Amino acid sequence: MSSYANASHKVAARAGRSPALRREAIEGFLCIVPWLLGFLLFTAGPMLASVWLALTDYEILRPIQFIGLDNFSKAAQDPLFVKSLVNTAVYTVLYVPLHLITALLAALLLNSKVRGIKTYRVIFYIPSIMPAVATAFLWMWIFNPNYGLANALLDLVGLPPQKWLFDETLAKPSFVLMALWGLGSAMIVFLAGLQGVDPVLYEAADMDGANSWTKFWRITIPMLTPVLFFNLIIGIIGSFQVFTTAYIATNGGPNNATLFYVLYIYNQGWKFAKMGYASALAWVLFVIVLLLTLVQFKMANRWVYYETGKAK
Amino acid sequence: MSKAEQMPTSVIVVRGTTTVHFYQQARFRHWIYTVLMQSMLVAVSVVMLIPFVWLLSTSLKIRGTEFIFPPVWIPRPAVWKNYYTAFFDAGLPFPRFLLNTTIITVASMVGTLFSASLAGFGFARMRFPLRDKLFVLVLSTLMLPEIVTQIPSYLLFRLFGWIDTFLPLIVPAFLGGSAFNIFLFRQFFMSIPYELDEAARIDGAGTLQIYLRLIMPLSKPVLSTVAIFTFLGSWNSFMGPLIYLNSLENMTLAVGLRAFQGLRGTEWNLMMAAAAIMMVPVLFVFFVAQRYFIEGIVTSGFGGR
Repeated sequence: MSSYANASHKVAARAGRSPALRREAIEGFLCIVPWLLGFLLFTAGPMLASVWLALTDYEILRPIQFIGLDNFSKAAQDPLFVKSLVNTAVYTVLYVPLHLITALLAALLLNSKVRGIKTYRVIFYIPSIMPAVATAFLWMWIFNPNYGLANALLDLVGLPPQKWLFDETLAKPSFVLMALWGLGSAMIVFLAGLQGVDPVLYEAADMDGANSWTKFWRITIPMLTPVLFFNLIIGIIGSFQVFTTAYIATNGGPNNATLFYVLYIYNQGWKFAKMGYASALAWVLFVIVLLLTLVQFKMANRWVYYETGKAK
Repeated sequence: MSKAEQMPTSVIVVRGTTTVHFYQQARFRHWIYTVLMQSMLVAVSVVMLIPFVWLLSTSLKIRGTEFIFPPVWIPRPAVWKNYYTAFFDAGLPFPRFLLNTTIITVASMVGTLFSASLAGFGFARMRFPLRDKLFVLVLSTLMLPEIVTQIPSYLLFRLFGWIDTFLPLIVPAFLGGSAFNIFLFRQFFMSIPYELDEAARIDGAGTLQIYLRLIMPLSKPVLSTVAIFTFLGSWNSFMGPLIYLNSLENMTLAVGLRAFQGLRGTEWNLMMAAAAIMMVPVLFVFFVAQRYFIEGIVTSGFGGR
């Protein structure tokens, strides 16, 4: 891209403002007009509106009232806000590392050269593209306290049945299990990363007599850090936005143990029509996600290895 | 950790040619490695597939027999009529849901393929002021949690009188769609030699012709990838339809399924049949377009989310 951009600057400098170049600029701009319109209407506009809404007390069908930062001080004293935030944080802490580890292990398996590997890839990958509502149905039935598959398996190994999604302590781990089933997309990214490692590195290590363990920790893992970083960011952003499965399977229960943050925003905004408060909560989420991402990018300098030698 | 893995393959070959004994040992190790890998792959496959088997098994059971514990895996007789019941006789207009979902999905695909590719084309192959700054703006929207814009967007669509219509779910697709698709298009378009454009322009082709006649026909892989992502996003989408569609005859499968849960939530055989009905088209599209799926995911990692 940069070479083309540089070329364009040179051309522009040489031609001054040639009619052809001006025409290209107009036509090029026209190409992105649909996007720009969509961006202004459905992203930038709503974001600005959202900032303002966050500072108001607005319930649909009632006049809008400016209340400054009251929504935020209200949130600080709202036990369900705190609870939903803690729920989401606990879920993220449980889910993200397990998700990364299982997806990486699956990718390592799929990177082997054995017969039928393409079929295995398909099987590992498919659960991740299933509709969330259907997935939630399926796992509700698997976790059914009386007739579910999960308890049938426990029964098989002689363990007592559990209440899973209906158990306050087990509910979040149950959601983690449900989400781990969809490890496919992160796995594919890891697989792409594994296949992008230069075989020369392994050959060189072989010459030096390195064993598999050393090669894994000294070559594979360092070379995978960029995709690991990518999956980490995507994983955190995603797990902070769990909604559909929780809405369908537990709707926040039992005793608000699975009241995840976006579910709480949804309840405030659409169930109770408190659009002002919900906007304030949404901004809190945005700031959290932004901060987490920035922190990750800062820390990335220490552990992410880029072949070019500089972080992007 | 098997010894075979510790033994670098290149060394096995070299030494194997020198001593027969060592060669046999290496082959034995390779055999162990294969068996080990295959058994782990099969084990994980079973874990991934069992939920589907459980879904299928339950969906074919006679009403009431899904409550036998420990569960019976092979339903006798297999009641395929459950699918008919779930779709036509559940007290909900499922054919209508299917039609609605199809309309929204196809429209979103058409809209995205058009507007995202056009934007991608502009960003990749045209020169205009602020181009690169605007592209950074495209990328920055990727990080924005949907819920932040959802509330004001809802109010905006309410102002337009679009609540309980398909428009809030379709129109954004015609205005750029997801930023990620623009990114995919731009990356792909940049890999096409620029000399082609220049040659076409010398032959008198205009920008529109270059886009339609030259670039688009060369871009089938990225078009397919974006088409599939959009299909998945639209078909699986829940929150949007939940917020914007209120009346029963306007619902999509995803929110219709939620209504189904409210109505027949205790009849698990029908619930599983309904879930399967929603999954089948996804599986179908996956198998038809498998290649583009994996390729697309590799470049994106976003999956259907």
